[in-house]
Amino acid sequence: MSSPTSTPGGRKRNRDDIPVTPGSDGLVSPPSQRRRGQDSSNGDLPAMPTSPATDIASPAVHDTSLFSSPRRSVLPSEVDMSSPLMYGTPSSRVEGTPRSGVRGTPARQRPDLGSIRKAPQVDLHSEPPSADGAVASEQAVGQKLVIWGTDVNVGTCKEKFQRFLQRFIDPTSNEDENAGLDLNEPLYMQKLEEISVVGEPVLNVNCGHVQSFDADLYRQLISYPQEVIPTFDMAVNELFFERFPDSILEHQIQVRPYNALKTRNMRSLNPEDIDQMITISGMVIRTSQLIPEMQEAFFQCQVCAFSTRVEVDRGRIAEPAVCRNCNTTHSLALIHNRSVFSDKQMIKVQESPDDMPAGQTPHTTIVYAHNDLVDKVQPGDRINITGIYRAVPMRENPRQSNVKSVYKTHIDVIHFRKTDEKRLHGLDEDSDQKLFTEERVQTLKELASKPDVYDRLSSALAPSIYEHEDIKKGILLQLFGGTRKDFSQTGRGNFRAEVNILLCGDPGTSKSQLLQYVFNLVPRGQYTSGKGSSAVGLTAYVMKDPETKQLVLQTGALVLSDNGICCIDEFDKMSDSTRSVLHEVMEQQTLSIAKAGIICQLNARTSVLAAANPVESQWNPKKTTIENIQLPHTLLSRFDLIFLMLDPQDEAYDRRLAHHLVALYYQSEEQIEEEFLDMAVLKDYIAYARTYINPRLNEEASQALIEAYVDMRKIGSGRGMVSAYPRQLESLIRLAEAHAKVRFSDKVETIDVEEAKRLHREALKQSATDPRTGFVDISILTTGMSATARKRKEEVVQALKKMIQSKGKTPAMKYQQLFDDLRGQSEAAITKDMFEEALRALADEDYLTVTGKTVRLL
Amino acid sequence: MPSSDDWINKPLGVVEAMFGKKTHAVPSLNDVPLHYLKPNSLVKFRCLVQDMFDPEFYMGVYETVDPSTKANVLRCGKYKDVTECGVDLNSRNTVTAERQTFYCVPIPGESPWAKEISFLSAARVVPSTSYVPSRQKRSYEEDDDDMDTQPQKQREPHTETHGNGDSKRQETEAPSSQTTAPSDTSSHLDLNFPLPGERGPACLVKVYEGLDSFKLNDTLEIYGILSVNPVLTVIVYPHRDPSLLLLDPTESMETPEEQRAHDPPASLVPRLHMLYARPLQHNNPLLPSDPTEDQSAFVSSFLVEMASVRAELLAYLTHVLLGDGLAAEYLLLHLISNVYTRRDVLPLGKFTLNLSGCPLNSYTERLYQIIQQLVPCSYRLSMSLHTMNSMRLVPKKDYVANRLVSGALQLARNTSLFLDETQLEQGQLDSSGVRNITALGNLISWQKVDYDFSYHQMEFPCNINVLVTSEGRSLLPSDCQVPLQPQVTPPNMEEYLTTIHMAQFTSQINKFRVYLSLARTLDYSISDEVTKAVEDDFVDMRKDDPQSVTAEDLHRMLVVARLLSLSLGQTTLSRDGWMRAKHIDMLRRSRTEQQKSLNGNEP
Repeated sequence: MSSPTSTPGGRKRNRDDIPVTPGSDGLVSPPSQRRRGQDSSNGDLPAMPTSPATDIASPAVHDTSLFSSPRRSVLPSEVDMSSPLMYGTPSSRVEGTPRSGVRGTPARQRPDLGSIRKAPQVDLHSEPPSADGAVASEQAVGQKLVIWGTDVNVGTCKEKFQRFLQRFIDPTSNEDENAGLDLNEPLYMQKLEEISVVGEPVLNVNCGHVQSFDADLYRQLISYPQEVIPTFDMAVNELFFERFPDSILEHQIQVRPYNALKTRNMRSLNPEDIDQMITISGMVIRTSQLIPEMQEAFFQCQVCAFSTRVEVDRGRIAEPAVCRNCNTTHSLALIHNRSVFSDKQMIKVQESPDDMPAGQTPHTTIVYAHNDLVDKVQPGDRINITGIYRAVPMRENPRQSNVKSVYKTHIDVIHFRKTDEKRLHGLDEDSDQKLFTEERVQTLKELASKPDVYDRLSSALAPSIYEHEDIKKGILLQLFGGTRKDFSQTGRGNFRAEVNILLCGDPGTSKSQLLQYVFNLVPRGQYTSGKGSSAVGLTAYVMKDPETKQLVLQTGALVLSDNGICCIDEFDKMSDSTRSVLHEVMEQQTLSIAKAGIICQLNARTSVLAAANPVESQWNPKKTTIENIQLPHTLLSRFDLIFLMLDPQDEAYDRRLAHHLVALYYQSEEQIEEEFLDMAVLKDYIAYARTYINPRLNEEASQALIEAYVDMRKIGSGRGMVSAYPRQLESLIRLAEAHAKVRFSDKVETIDVEEAKRLHREALKQSATDPRTGFVDISILTTGMSATARKRKEEVVQALKKMIQSKGKTPAMKYQQLFDDLRGQSEAAITKDMFEEALRALADEDYLTVTGKTVRLL
Repeated sequence: MPSSDDWINKPLGVVEAMFGKKTHAVPSLNDVPLHYLKPNSLVKFRCLVQDMFDPEFYMGVYETVDPSTKANVLRCGKYKDVTECGVDLNSRNTVTAERQTFYCVPIPGESPWAKEISFLSAARVVPSTSYVPSRQKRSYEEDDDDMDTQPQKQREPHTETHGNGDSKRQETEAPSSQTTAPSDTSSHLDLNFPLPGERGPACLVKVYEGLDSFKLNDTLEIYGILSVNPVLTVIVYPHRDPSLLLLDPTESMETPEEQRAHDPPASLVPRLHMLYARPLQHNNPLLPSDPTEDQSAFVSSFLVEMASVRAELLAYLTHVLLGDGLAAEYLLLHLISNVYTRRDVLPLGKFTLNLSGCPLNSYTERLYQIIQQLVPCSYRLSMSLHTMNSMRLVPKKDYVANRLVSGALQLARNTSLFLDETQLEQGQLDSSGVRNITALGNLISWQKVDYDFSYHQMEFPCNINVLVTSEGRSLLPSDCQVPLQPQVTPPNMEEYLTTIHMAQFTSQINKFRVYLSLARTLDYSISDEVTKAVEDDFVDMRKDDPQSVTAEDLHRMLVVARLLSLSLGQTTLSRDGWMRAKHIDMLRRSRTEQQKSLNGNEP
């Protein structure tokens, strides 16, 4: 959130105008002076700590500037008007704030820009500039004037910016901040209107807009932010109060640019960026307490009670040595509670893990937030920071003249933008648009146009894992995902677009390896092991922050992998209660939490890729999938694809496997790269497809799907039972959509449906084959029991009943005897389990009861 | 001697020019106590990059004003921490440049013999301008007699003479040198060594070039300029004037913890301005460390001997493993294993060995001591409940001090990690214990350690040889389990092992050391013909018994075959090699199964 609220605890400052204070010397910005070509008369360390009591060897220039606070009624007579550095800007304090509307609206200091920095102008053409001309510089004359050390001309700059505000239209804007604005009207004029209504005097300006409007203005903004932004402020305020002369604001509008394209990565910051505006992304790791920073010191004479104010200049205050009223020396004392302080907070930001090269540790940067930006971010937030990069020399010991030759760097924040906040609000899934270069897009599209792209991609997936082509294809489709559909209008909410996959098989069939690979491939992957995770670890938990005593919601693996894939290994080892949280996630894609006074629903639009071992640790081919993995079928039916990873035990397969493995051990790196697609390409391909491709069903595909579904229903109905459910249809649609995405196609066509059907069938064939008949039987998945098994059970029950009836009127029978009789009678083998099941079925019919070892008829 | 101009303009060239003739002359921080070294002299340091601090900006070029003459002098700020007096901060000639600081520690777990030998070989070459007292004119031969004058080793028990006694001396010296290591004074400052009980200087290395080429946990030999200016010592005022704190932006930026971590006293943690760094493939001082012709000549000369050294080593290990030849064979293979490449997530070449059925009482400890004598880097982690619950294995980022707090798993490549599971007793593991066990499991299965960055984890690949000794089958995963079958049961284990160890000549032990380090570095390939044979073999094996031969078995056998060939100095897999690998794997499997059935009958 970048719109500020009123500063907590911050005092209001009474200022007339920001940018110009007469009588100051040049800007001092240590490391970049060579660029500015600036000569400073101040030979001292800018950042030297000075207690107010110490009189430092400050040159006379200082003393003059001390008393020249512009808003005082005491107009400084001491100001050396003839100084070549003494200039006024058109809207300087003589006129007060921009004319009409400003009236009482106070300006607020901008410590983020280093508010003390004044902006004197120099005339490029007259050398040396005459003082009179400069002071009287009107806009017309101002054409030639630039701010010292820059090429910024205040007048032109202001004009340009006003033109930008009045004219800039961005019809393609899709930022959430512009929601509700008419895209065909000047964007920033609407924002100004918003300001007049809401009363929040902050205008966020996207630098990308400035750049597209006027590249030169953008360059100036980036290069000389501390001069240009105050100019922008002036421009905005003039414009605003012209338009809305009656609006009342807390203070004057401040312009906050963001999204400077200069820098994206903390790692690429270098000395050239000092004093420039930069935007970096990172994660907040620490925030300090609020630091009150003195902006203006209040001194009172002990003798005559005359009071004076002194502004902080580059971190220090020059104590006036002589009282101007009574001329007593060293009689002024600092009155703390009448001095003006502003809020300041130190924030440490660490490089986000995605930006880092492998094998290095993340860098951190210190960031200072001022005034209302204080407490805007919390540790753990991922943010984009726009600010000015600063470097300050260090002095270890004030008494030593040797200086450590190192600068301390930090960023003064102008704008925060949280990158992950949209995820929490669920506004739009594609918030983190990955930037693709033209070339990259071209290569990706080229790849997509190849007829065998599907096979290529699937073979590029985990090349070290042998075969399992269909499983890889399934996972590939999972990586792409279906199209998200919104049915909230009709009350059904979102339809799940994520594909869930369960891998099930013998230990040592590289399931974990596959999971690890997927986890490493996707940007928002989470890897957990069923054994080691609790329901809390998967969902979210509430924690009390030890420092602030605040309740904080800590999100678990499922929420963290929103829009990603959650890999769960050893799914079977998970406790039932843990598994039960998955029900909601896997269908509704949300997580509801009601804990410690926090009730909320979090988005967890995650695909689940789970791996499970069979119950007997070794797959029992004589049992069904359900019996082998013993997972509740409510959960199983939520998996779109269930794959078995079994040993095919086939000679040809063995040979290929051996070849693959041996090759793994002697091929060199280069050979492999030739053979397979680069992981980075695959990553980009997936990211691109997920972001830009949203396929929809075409007519033929819908027909094909309908047919497929009807077929599936028919198979079952032949034997008198329903075998396919709408869930299966949904799965088919998702898979078909994902396959269309693989082709970069906006239409789901019949071939997609064909592949979806094939994959679905393949997976089913493996997992829903009735071992007793060899038929694919989908009811195994939905009821946990195959149709034949049911029939068989029914037969046993009937046989048992018949047998008991044939025995005549015996109220009680021995259990063992009955079992033996039944076995003797039946031609098929009857296990004890079956017998017991039959007894139970009869007991349910109230035909008999079983007590211990005896069976009684009722 | 290179002129001062050379130093400023092309210091790398100067240092490089010294290579080949004079590198030994450069005193090493590893060997020479800090107070014997001249500030601003050239030193070298063999180390591991433990942490990488944020980049810093410094004055690359600056101007000073002489207060008396008012003359401006342009100076170079590179390779120094502190500027001269009277810096003109507003000079337009100032150039800001960037450098990065690495926190480097001596290679963790470096065996005493490796330290010893590199120390001696360094001392053999006499520095021409010697500023190291009592370090001159020392040769390997004279060494024993001069030992008493060594400031570092004064208290060393010193009774043995040459020959047979050498090995004994080294052994007895191992524990004692720990207590006499130079930086006793640093005990109050946490130098952040990965392993507990480590000694030696830690160093803040300032890196100027090629920042991207360095990675965390790299082992490097750094040549650089030593800087121990006392100005660097931060005075942390405990009760600072709060108003100062408010006004000075530089002061409030760092917590005291951070200052302590980033600016420790230079007398304890010297600064080293890197001129040149050489990545170390190994830290075995007996091997030439340059990958030059030098080394290939050495390799080819040693290859001839390889088979015989192997036989001797095998015999030695067989004795050590109580007469179990098969276990000795596997131990040998394990010691030369190496992750030579990674295929997406899969590390290839790792060979974690689980020696089960180890006799209790101090056997494992003695076994470790023997392994320590053979490999240049090792660490024994006694997996007792207490250590598992309390020890920090995984490095963790401390955001308060802004540094990476090291853990025992932050090890250099090819370190032998000896996990002693016989020390584990029944009881409860707490959450940190579970995390530690998981970390060990990850290390073994994937050869990676997930460093804890509090808000996220970061994966660092590693290459650590893990040997697990246990009573039964280990609770940790392993590539290969060998139940130990002792052929002899010596009444006094301690004495038995000591006798075996004593029986070896130093020269022979040195040969073993060279052998183990060298075998690891050899190249390896499989011809198409053998590939075919292996495939056929696998298919046949599957035909006979599809249940028991899986892809995993093939993985393991291929690794065994590779290591077996390399251990014999063969760089290609031969049919024989494959058959042998198959054979010993069969033997091992039958033994495991035997064990299993034995255990199965017990309850």
